[in-house]
Amino acid sequence: MVGVEATKLRRDPTEILSRAIQPALWMLVFGQVMSHARAINTGRLPYLDFMAPGILAQSVLFTSIFYGLSAIWEKDLGILHKYLVSPAPRSALVAGKALSAGMRGIIQSVFVYCLSLILSVHLDWNPIHLVGGLVAILLGAAFFSTFSLIIACIVKSRERFMGIGQVMTMPLFFASNAIYPIKMMPPWLQAISHMNPLTYQVDLLRSTMIVGGVNNFPIGLDLAVLLGSTVVAIVIAARLYPGLAQ
Amino acid sequence: MVCASYNPPVDSVDSYEPLNLLETKSLTRRFDVLTAVDHVSFAVRESEVFGLVGPNGAGKSTMIKMMTTLLRPTSGTATICGYDIVKQSASVRRQIGYVPQMVSADGDLTAKENLLLVATLYDVPKAERRERAEEALEFMNLADVADKRVRQFSGGMIRRLEIAQSMLHRPKMLFLDEPTVGLDPVARSSVWDHILELRDRYQTTILLTTHLMDEVENLCDRMGVMHHGKMVAVGTSAELKTATGDPKATLDDVFIKFAGERIDESSGFRAISRARRTARRLG
Repeated sequence: MVGVEATKLRRDPTEILSRAIQPALWMLVFGQVMSHARAINTGRLPYLDFMAPGILAQSVLFTSIFYGLSAIWEKDLGILHKYLVSPAPRSALVAGKALSAGMRGIIQSVFVYCLSLILSVHLDWNPIHLVGGLVAILLGAAFFSTFSLIIACIVKSRERFMGIGQVMTMPLFFASNAIYPIKMMPPWLQAISHMNPLTYQVDLLRSTMIVGGVNNFPIGLDLAVLLGSTVVAIVIAARLYPGLAQ
Repeated sequence: MVCASYNPPVDSVDSYEPLNLLETKSLTRRFDVLTAVDHVSFAVRESEVFGLVGPNGAGKSTMIKMMTTLLRPTSGTATICGYDIVKQSASVRRQIGYVPQMVSADGDLTAKENLLLVATLYDVPKAERRERAEEALEFMNLADVADKRVRQFSGGMIRRLEIAQSMLHRPKMLFLDEPTVGLDPVARSSVWDHILELRDRYQTTILLTTHLMDEVENLCDRMGVMHHGKMVAVGTSAELKTATGDPKATLDDVFIKFAGERIDESSGFRAISRARRTARRLG
């Protein structure tokens, strides 16, 4: 499954390039304006440094959340039926999809790292931290792509999925610590963002990607939340996936 | 053997009666108010090519989806190689191959990549994958386009590739849903030849659906006529023709006799638009 995705990406690299534009805009426009305005208190950390991990997580989120669309596409083509009639366990099919989303996420993070380098964000090159960041990206992409697959299995049509996808991404993004600290939020929003896996992904990234990044939660908690929610999502998706063919 | 509804198999030469590879008992599937498959009982024998005939919307695709474990029956049972399609669906999936009506090959991959992906999904031992893929390409006359992307293939080539995919794990039984829909006559007869050769070389049992009477005539040992979800007749084409009482009967006459109307008069809008869509993609 992952191999197939890799082959497709090699054949059509334009997709990766177009995906790189969005984080670039966020960092160049939004980031520059906000760091000059100093509207967001990020402590001693420069705002651009603060937001870089958030933008990375966001760009992975935006790609992964539309992953279910490809499953619906595969259903319309008949490729899904071919997968489902094979003896491969459903959970392996779903996990394979999650992993290939993770692979895309890693390619995207290479772009964001390059971008951050150009904007002289203080990147942390400690190998252990790099691996930690990698894990955060992989798990985040795996969770959100599987979450998206679950939605796809429920709504089953492309039009409805597009609508729901749009409605979901923004709240997920804003109800997280991606571009501002949780402390700035009103209490009700804080409560929501504590239930948002994106928050934990960003938290883990913030402590691994940049120099002087501090996390709000223990790293163990970040990892546990990401891993746990990914496993739960895969179990649910593996149950719903066969229903997509009907 | 001709049966208007289902009778238990009473063969004239019962000592030679071949094994039933597939057997359904009162298989039924309802969608809300519509009963797509209505208490269907029939059997497919080992190594035969069995044609499921009927107009679009007669319930053929629903039958295939149930037998390939994609869809759970509302009631009734079916077994393939002795495995129950609901209780032992994983074992059933190891015994069968399936070519859906829709195009299931991935256009962005080459023929060989498509085959290797399927070989992986079907747990073909790693050492044998490449060899089997090449053998399948050879068998389906696709060896010289093995490294071309499927997007550039003609409709007949795509169908042959899909059949190649479905036989990689040497299934005992192969399901082909409208294998020649949208193909021109030359491509069609080439697909027919390959299906028959597949049966002869690997003794694969084949069940295919079609609404083309000449396809049944050229390809199938026996057929089952479906109409409004019911199996209205089962037998060889000669048997069914005799049953009409007219010695010069064509298979179209057979269909009129058992279904009570012409085969091309009873399709619904949804079925037709889907058939056209598939035809366009293959064309």
